[in-house]
Amino acid sequence: MNIKRFFAVFKARNIEFFRDKSSLGWNLIFPVLLLIGFSFIFSGDGRSAYKVGIINAAVEGVTQATDKQYPFKKIRFIDYITYESIDAAKNKLNRHTIDLVIEPSSSQYWVNNESAKSYLVEKIFSSQLDGYTRLETSGKKIRYVDWVLPGILGMNMMFSCLFGVGYVIVRYRKNAVLKRLKATPLSAFEFVSAQLLSRLFIVMFMSIVVYSGCNLLFNFFMIGSYFDLIIIGMLGAFCLISLGLLVASRSKSEELIGGLLNLTSWPMMMLSGVWFSLEGAPSALKTFADFLPLTHLVAGARKIITEGATLSDISYHVISLLVMSIVFLSLGAYFFSWNTER
Amino acid sequence: MSVAICVEALTKKYKDVIAVNDISFNVKQGHCFGLLGPNGAGKTTTIEIMEGIIAASSGSVVYKNQDKEVDNNISQQIGIQFQHTALQDFLTVKETLNLFAAFYQHTLAQKEIIELCDLSDFLDRDNRLLSGGQRQRLLLALALINDPEIIFLDEPTTGLDPHARRNFWQLIKNIKAQNKTIILTTHYMDEAEQLCDDIVIMDQGKIIEAGTPHQLLNKHFKDVFIYLPEKQVPSTLVEQNQWSTLSGRVEISTSDVEKTLAMLMENKVSLEGLHVKSANLDDLFLHLTGHSLRE
Repeated sequence: MNIKRFFAVFKARNIEFFRDKSSLGWNLIFPVLLLIGFSFIFSGDGRSAYKVGIINAAVEGVTQATDKQYPFKKIRFIDYITYESIDAAKNKLNRHTIDLVIEPSSSQYWVNNESAKSYLVEKIFSSQLDGYTRLETSGKKIRYVDWVLPGILGMNMMFSCLFGVGYVIVRYRKNAVLKRLKATPLSAFEFVSAQLLSRLFIVMFMSIVVYSGCNLLFNFFMIGSYFDLIIIGMLGAFCLISLGLLVASRSKSEELIGGLLNLTSWPMMMLSGVWFSLEGAPSALKTFADFLPLTHLVAGARKIITEGATLSDISYHVISLLVMSIVFLSLGAYFFSWNTER
Repeated sequence: MSVAICVEALTKKYKDVIAVNDISFNVKQGHCFGLLGPNGAGKTTTIEIMEGIIAASSGSVVYKNQDKEVDNNISQQIGIQFQHTALQDFLTVKETLNLFAAFYQHTLAQKEIIELCDLSDFLDRDNRLLSGGQRQRLLLALALINDPEIIFLDEPTTGLDPHARRNFWQLIKNIKAQNKTIILTTHYMDEAEQLCDDIVIMDQGKIIEAGTPHQLLNKHFKDVFIYLPEKQVPSTLVEQNQWSTLSGRVEISTSDVEKTLAMLMENKVSLEGLHVKSANLDDLFLHLTGHSLRE
């Protein structure tokens, strides 16, 4: 590995990217447009009823309002959700998923100070909760836009990594840029690692710019560490770039690589939990999704953002991404060809 | 003069094509060596094997000054200009020079290379905006950037206008004057006549003739051609001597120009518009293969 040669290719690739205004613009505008679009589509609350959590260690689930056990259940048009643990219920209350938590056994109830709906529900129930101790909690609401943010950023990273590496290498190979480079002392390893790190730098730079820019607009929910978020982002991007290298390792045809990259990216776009949660999906689908790098990137980032998870909390995703990266890179290096012979 | 590269019994087979078929030749140190032939003759395959870009099916290429067979490491010592090369988009000429300079241990000073290849007028221009001639000059500069002793030029002037070609020839002559060895492929015979000290003519993967341009022409053509407007030459004279007429001109092939001219004057033929031409490499190729080089 010659650092001078590596850095020359790294720099040249970065210049090429940042001077290609159309591609640069697309990389910036596409995720922002998606985020703005989704925030509008899902800006209405979508539910008319209020939700109240009831702590009952015995049962869990939505119960009927006609339940005679608790007098306050006489109030109609309220969804009552039963929780087994107080922590789970309070967590939902903190995130504005439910509006009030009542624990009949200890005669306590909780309201969320930062939620307007929690305030209203408390007023509605005030006559029914005589003798109950009022407890407060607080927490910002997780909007859909907060939830979908890691998905959209992850998807944008995926496209940038797969197409930015895969397509570019095939184009270089087809128009003999690779052949010209091979005729110099530059080694395949130096070339490939420069491409990889250049794309990693570009993807992280663009994602941070998009996140920071949109944050001014949306004031995103974030309770985890930005450092951890950047680490999982880099691991995910690295894994996706390795996948792009593998897909592009031999092909000389732009049509073929376009097809292969679409074949790789579409399942991830649909099944990696970008748009909707996979929690309720069939287990076969979930197992399949576990083999997709984007699944681990999005799930890991989402846990950091919405649950404040640390890297060790999401070690499953971290390790999955690392293992996949090693497999993709080894196969890509094994199959890599400067110029497929006739 | 010492031998720089020795090519011995070189063969390259693709699935169902023999691109290069058992060829041998030597490239002399400090010479411009021309590999001539029509499209598809095997020229590019031959020099790409010599450059270490592709592997031969059999045979050897030995760099005599290093006393070793060609391998990947030869790239530090040689300069290559490919026939078809795309340059990285969005980089300027100067940035492209910097990029390639970073690949080598030893490089020419950038100022020197800019002067040598006459790049100063478009140094800050994007690669995509270069004209054909400017592009070829940049590609030549990239081939020279590591100050190589041996330079490979694969059809360097294809697609250039006559003016740009002549400029390019002058650049190559300047490089030659520095006692560098040049291996040139071309299908332009005038280019080979201008630049090459030795030539090898290839057709269908085989060498069909080798030598200096002068030697080859002397060997195959004793005659020169005299052309006169058809209307000045009596048709009886044309029939008698079995001269051919070609687009309004009579072509007289002769080994003794003086005698033929005397004979024409004896017959009161006006010599106005007379044109004398000796055979060139185009004629030689046609003579050797029965088909024109540009076919």
